[in-house]
Amino acid sequence: MKPSNEEPYGYYPGCSLEKNALAYNESTSAVANVLGLKFEEVADWNCCGASEYLALDILPAYALISRNLALAASSSGSHSLVAPCSACFLNLSKVDHQMAEVPALASQVNEALAAGGLSYQPGSITIRHLLDVFVNDVGFDRISSLVTHPLYELRVAPYYGCLISRPDYEGVYDSPEYPTGLDHLMTALGAEVVDFPLKTHCCGGHMTQISEPVALELIRRLLQNAHEYDADVIATLCPMCQLNLDVYQEHVNHAFGTNYHIPILYFTQLIGLALGIRAKELGFGREFVSAKRALAKIGKARPAPKKKRKPSKEALPMPQATEVEYR
Amino acid sequence: MPSTNVTTIPTDQPDPFVTRSFLEEVVDAVPGDPRLTACLQCGTCGGSCPSGPDMEHTPRQLFAMINAGMRAEVLRSNTPWYCVSCYFCMARCPQKVQITDIMYALKRKAIEDGESRSSSAADAPKFSEAFVNFVENYGRSFELGVAARFHFVQHPGEALKMATSIGIGMMRKGRMDLTPTRIKGVKQLQTILDRARELGGTA
Amino acid sequence: MKQERIGVYVCHCGSNIAGTVDVGQLSSWAADALEKRGVVVARDYKFMCSSLGQELIKSDIVELSLTRVVVAACSPHLHEKTFRTACQQAGLNPYLMEMVSLREHVAWVHSDKALATQKAKALISGAVERVALHEPLDPISVPIEATTLVVGAGISGIQAALEIADAGQKVVLVEREPSIGGHMAQLDKTFPTLDCSACILTPKMVTVGSHPNINLLTWSEVEAVDGFVGQFTVTIRKKARYVREDVCTGCGICMEKCPSKLIDQVYEAGLGYRSAIYRPFPQAIPKYPVIDKANCIYFQRGKCKACQLFCPTTPNAIDFEQEDQILQLTVGNIILATGYDLFDARRIPQYGYGRLANVFSSLEFERLCNAAGPTEGKILLRDGVSQPESVGIIHCVGSRDRNYNNYCSAICCMQSLKFAHLVKERTGAKVTNFYIDIRTPYKDYDEFYQHVLQEKVEFVRGRVAEVTDAARRPGEEGKLIIQVEDTFIGKQRRIPVDMVILSAGIEPRHDSKEVSRKFGISCNGSGFFTELHPKLDPVATMSKGIFIAGCAQGPKDIPASVVQGAAAAARVLGTIQQKSLDLEPVLAQVIDQKCSGCRICSNLCPFNAIGFDLERQISTINPALCQGCGTCVSACPSHAISGTQFSTEQILAQLHGLLAESFNGNGARTQSPAFSQAELV
Ligand SMILES: Cc1cc2nc3c(=O)[nH]c(=O)nc-3n(C[C@H](O)[C@H](O)[C@H](O)COP(=O)(O)OP(=O)(O)OC[C@H]3O[C@@H](n4cnc5c(N)ncnc54)[C@H](O)[C@@H]3O)c2cc1C
Ligand code: SF4
Ligand code: SF4
Ligand code: SF4
Ligand code: SF4
Repeated sequence: MKPSNEEPYGYYPGCSLEKNALAYNESTSAVANVLGLKFEEVADWNCCGASEYLALDILPAYALISRNLALAASSSGSHSLVAPCSACFLNLSKVDHQMAEVPALASQVNEALAAGGLSYQPGSITIRHLLDVFVNDVGFDRISSLVTHPLYELRVAPYYGCLISRPDYEGVYDSPEYPTGLDHLMTALGAEVVDFPLKTHCCGGHMTQISEPVALELIRRLLQNAHEYDADVIATLCPMCQLNLDVYQEHVNHAFGTNYHIPILYFTQLIGLALGIRAKELGFGREFVSAKRALAKIGKARPAPKKKRKPSKEALPMPQATEVEYR
Repeated sequence: MPSTNVTTIPTDQPDPFVTRSFLEEVVDAVPGDPRLTACLQCGTCGGSCPSGPDMEHTPRQLFAMINAGMRAEVLRSNTPWYCVSCYFCMARCPQKVQITDIMYALKRKAIEDGESRSSSAADAPKFSEAFVNFVENYGRSFELGVAARFHFVQHPGEALKMATSIGIGMMRKGRMDLTPTRIKGVKQLQTILDRARELGGTA
Repeated sequence: MKQERIGVYVCHCGSNIAGTVDVGQLSSWAADALEKRGVVVARDYKFMCSSLGQELIKSDIVELSLTRVVVAACSPHLHEKTFRTACQQAGLNPYLMEMVSLREHVAWVHSDKALATQKAKALISGAVERVALHEPLDPISVPIEATTLVVGAGISGIQAALEIADAGQKVVLVEREPSIGGHMAQLDKTFPTLDCSACILTPKMVTVGSHPNINLLTWSEVEAVDGFVGQFTVTIRKKARYVREDVCTGCGICMEKCPSKLIDQVYEAGLGYRSAIYRPFPQAIPKYPVIDKANCIYFQRGKCKACQLFCPTTPNAIDFEQEDQILQLTVGNIILATGYDLFDARRIPQYGYGRLANVFSSLEFERLCNAAGPTEGKILLRDGVSQPESVGIIHCVGSRDRNYNNYCSAICCMQSLKFAHLVKERTGAKVTNFYIDIRTPYKDYDEFYQHVLQEKVEFVRGRVAEVTDAARRPGEEGKLIIQVEDTFIGKQRRIPVDMVILSAGIEPRHDSKEVSRKFGISCNGSGFFTELHPKLDPVATMSKGIFIAGCAQGPKDIPASVVQGAAAAARVLGTIQQKSLDLEPVLAQVIDQKCSGCRICSNLCPFNAIGFDLERQISTINPALCQGCGTCVSACPSHAISGTQFSTEQILAQLHGLLAESFNGNGARTQSPAFSQAELV
C-alpha cells in the first residue's frame, strides 16, 4: 500500500543499521532526502531477535518482535513499517502473518504484550522492505529521471539473498527464485546488470559464527559466480549479506587460495551515487573491500549498445521468454 | 559421515506407528499447521539446502526419522543448527511443508530435552543464547559483546583470532560499538518477555 | 380431500441399515403410528432393490390399491430409478414414489441405535406427508437430431468422430488449428510399444478427411451453443483461410516462397520455424495451408503477395478477399475432446527453462527426435550441432506440486522412460532419470520400465532442487548441474550433464473454463471438465447430450484417450438410436403473474436454463435444460418459481411431518433429537 503524500513511512532500522551497516543507514537517509521520502523511526524500538531468539523460546521471540509492531501501529500517522534489513523485515512480517493465520497465537502474544500495556491487531500495518518502496512506490521511471551521474559501464550483480523474496508472506515479489526488482532498479541507474544466477542464494547467515568452513564455502560460491560473470560490484539489500560477503571476503581468499576483490555495496549507495550525492554522505569507505577501483570504472558516456550475436544458422530457437511483470 | 550413527529404530518403546507421539509433539511445537504429515519424502528440501552437504541428516531424512519416532537421534542431529533459514526448502517443497519453522521447533526441543549438548553442533545454541542475552538485557543486540562472550568461551585459538581481527577491522571502519545501547522501555520489554515465558507453549 | 393409500417399505440393505436402525420396529411403527395419515401397509425387507423386494411393492400396489409409495432405503442417486420403474410396472405413476435415504443420512452417520431409529421415524414421517401431495408427472420427450458435433480433433476426437461416422451417422468435426491430429501428431515414438506416432495416426487422419459422413471444419471454432439435448443450435466461425480449398492442390510452393518466417509455437513447440502461410506438417489433413493474418506481410503492410504470385493454379488459389464464415447447425449431441496444454516450465525458474539454453521441454524433445522435426530426428543441443554426452531427465515438472498442479500428470513417467530409451538408442549418452515415484500401471508399462533399466539408464530417486550453470567444483564448468538429494543415500548430489529434459505435466487448455461455460458443463478446480460420475459415468456430463473425452477430462495417455473417444461415441450412438429422449419432468416453473422480471434467477442457474421473454418481461425456463436443481426457486425474491416435486406446499408438508415426529407434536423435544435444528431448516 502506497502511503498518501503526507503520510510518512514508519521506519524500523534494526540493530545492524545502527552500527555495522551504518553505510546503509547513511545512504538511505541521503537518498530519501533527495527523493522526498519521509521515514519516521519507530520510537524506542527493540531488536527483532534475528534468527536466534526463535531457536530458543517461541513465545518470547514472537512477543519481542510484536512489541515493535505494537509501537509502530500505535504511533501516529503511518500504516506501513519499512525495514531495510531483510532479517528484520522477515521477522516482522512473519509474526504479523502468523498472528493473523493462527488466532490462538495472536491472543497469546497479545496477552504477553498486555503485561507491558501494549497490544497489536495483526494486519493493521503493512510490513515492507526498503527495496519494495523504491521499486513500487518511487518507481524506475522517477528514479531514472533523477539520475545525474549514471553508472555507465559498471557491472552490477544484483544480490537479493534469501529473506526478502522467501517466503514472501506479503506476496510482493515476482518470484522467490528470480526476482527482478533490484535488476530493473540498477538498470534505471544506467548500470550494466549481470544476470546473476545465485542472486537469491544464501550468504551463510549466522553460519560464520557456528561453523566457519560451512559459511566460507557458501560465501565463496557467491563470489566465484559473481567473478565468473565479471561483476564489478555486488549490490546488496541486507546487512547480513553485506557483512558476510564483505568482511569475510579476505578469509575466503585465504581459505581457498583465491583472490577475489569484489566490493559489496548497498543498493542505496549506488542510487545515491547516480543521484549525484557525495560518496562521503553515502557511507563509502566503510566497506572492507574498497569500492574505489570499481567506481573508477564508471564511464562518462552511455556505452554503445552491445551487438546481439547473431545465432548461427543451425542454432535452434530458445523458448520465447515472456517477461514476468514486476508487481 | 555421522549419518551412520543412526542405527536402529528404538525397540524398547512401543512402535511409533502406535504412539506417533514424537511426530505430534513436533507438529504441536510449530504455530499453525506445519503440514509435516504431508511430506512425501521427495528430497526437494535436502537437494535445495545450502548446508545440505554438511548436515548429518538432510531435512527429508530428519522428517522420516521424526515419523519413525527416533527422538534422540533427531534432537542430537546437527541439522536444525546448520539450517541458515534461507527458506529455499519451504519455497520449493511441493507439499508446502513449513520446513524452516519445523527446524526452529526442533532447535527448541533439542535445548529443552538437553539433547543439543550431545550434538556435534553443541556450540550453536550457545551463540543463540549469548545473542539473546544482550537483547533481553538491553533491548538491542551487541555484536562485540556476543562475539566476546561466545568466542572467548567457546573458541579460544584460531576462531578467536579471526573474530578478533574482524572486530578490530570493524571498529576501525566505525562499524562496531564498544558499549551496548539500551532502549528506554527495557523494563517494559522484560515484563512482556517474562509474561510470554510464563504463557509458554505454541498455538 | 380424498385420503391417499400409502405403502411404506423399509430396506435393511443387509446390515448397512439394519445394523444401526431398528428396521423391524420402524416398519411396525409406520404401520401403526402413521395409519391415520394414510399408511395402509408398512414392510421391511432385507434387500428392497432385489427383484423379490420390488415384487413386494408391485403386488401391494395392485392388491392394496396403493396410491403412494415411500421407500426408505439408500440415496435416490442409486435406486430412485429402480423403484420408480417398479411403480410404473404396477400401474402407478412413477413420480408418486418418494425415497428416504436411511443409509446415507442415518445409518452411515450415526451410531446410537435408538436415536438413529428415532431420526429414521422423523424422516419417514416427513416423506409420508410429502408424498401425499405429489402429483403424477409425465416425462418430457425430445426428438434427437442425428448429427453429432465433435469439438477438437486430437486422437480422442478423431476416434469419436470415426466411430460415429462408421456407424452411419453424420458428424461435424470442429478443429481450431489448420490441421487435425492434436498433440499426437507432434510425437515421435509412442510408449510402451515404441511404434511411430505418425504411422499409426495418419491413416486415421486420412480416413477422417475423406469420410462421407464427416463434415470436417478446421481453422474453425464454436462461438455459441444454444438449445438442449437432441436439438442444440451451434454457431461456428470458420476462419478465412485465404486459400481456396476448391482450387488448391496442396503443392506447398507458397510456403517455400513466403518471406515471413517465424517460430512455430504450436506444432514445433517453439523449436522450429514456419512461414506466415503454412500447413503445420506434411501429412496435415486437410492439405490446404492457411494464412496467419497477424504475421502476413501483405495483411500487415499492404505489400507482398508472393504466395499468390507463385501459386501455380488457375484460377489462383490464394484469395485475400476471403472472409470468416459463420455457420449455424443443429446437432443432437456434442463431444468435447479439446485436449491439454503442456505445463509451461518457465514457471519454475530454478529449472532454468528459457534461460539455460540446453534445458528442453518434453515436447521440444519430441520434436528433436522426430524425423520431420527441425533436426531431422537428430538429438542435438541448442546450438544445433553438438550431440549431448550426458542427459538428465526430470520427472514431475509442475505436477504433484502444490505450488503448481497438485495432481499426477499420468503420462510423464512413461514418457520419461521412453525418452531415456531414445537417448540411449540414438546417442549412447549417459542418461539419468530423476523421479519421486515411478508410476507404470497398465499393460506392458512396467515391463517397459524393466527394459529401460537393463539399458543401463541411471535412476536417482529425488525431486530435483535446481538446475544451474553456476559451477562450484571442478568438472562442472560449462555443464548444466542438476542438484538433487539422492534420497536413497540421503546425500545432496550435483550431477553435471550436457542436456536437461523437463517432463512437464499436462494442464487443462488455457481456455478450458471459457469453453466449459460456453457448453454449460463444469470443470474441476484445475480446469479439467467434470464427468457425471468419476467411475460409473466417466464420459457423460451434468448436461445431457454433452460428452467429454481425452485429456480434456483429465491427464491420460493415448490408449485411454482413444477408449474415451470410443466410449463417448457409443453413448451418443445410443441416444441417436432412441430417436427421442425422455427427460426428467422434475423441473422449475415460473409463475408468470408473480415474476417481476428482475432476472436474479437467470445468472444463478448452473445450466443456463433460464431465458427472458422480452415481450412479457418475465423469465422463462427451458424445460429441456432445467435439471430441477432448485437454485432459482430459493433465489427468487418474488417466490415466482415453483418446482414440480419441490413446491412450497410439498416442502412444508415434509417439514411438518419431520417436526411432528422429532418434537412429539407439541413443540417439546421428546429426547435430544438425533439431528439438529439447523439440519431441519
Ligand atoms: C511429451 C509428450 C509425450 C507423450 N508421449 C506419449 C506416448 O508415447 N504414448 C502415449 O500413449 N501418450 C503420450 N503422450 C500423451 C498424449 O499426447 C495424449 O494422451 C493425447 O495426445 C491426448 O489426445 P487428446 O485428443 O485428448 O488431446 P490433444 O492431442 O491435445 O487434441 C486436442 C485437439 O483439440 C483442439 N482444440 C482444443 N481446443 C479447441 C477448441 N476450443 N475448439 C476446437 N478445437 C480445439 C486442439 O487444437 C487439438 O487438435 C505424450 C504427451 C506428451 C506431452
Ligand atoms: S520438500 Fe517437502 S515433501 Fe519433499 S521431502 Fe522435503 S518436506 Fe518432504
Ligand atoms: S531453510 Fe534451513 S533447512 Fe531449509 S534449505 Fe534453508 S538452510 Fe536448509
Ligand atoms: S506420471 Fe510420473 S512424472 Fe508424471 S506427475 Fe505422475 S509421478 Fe510425476
Ligand atoms: S428471479 Fe424471479 S422475479 Fe426475478 S426474473 Fe427470475 S423469476 Fe422473475
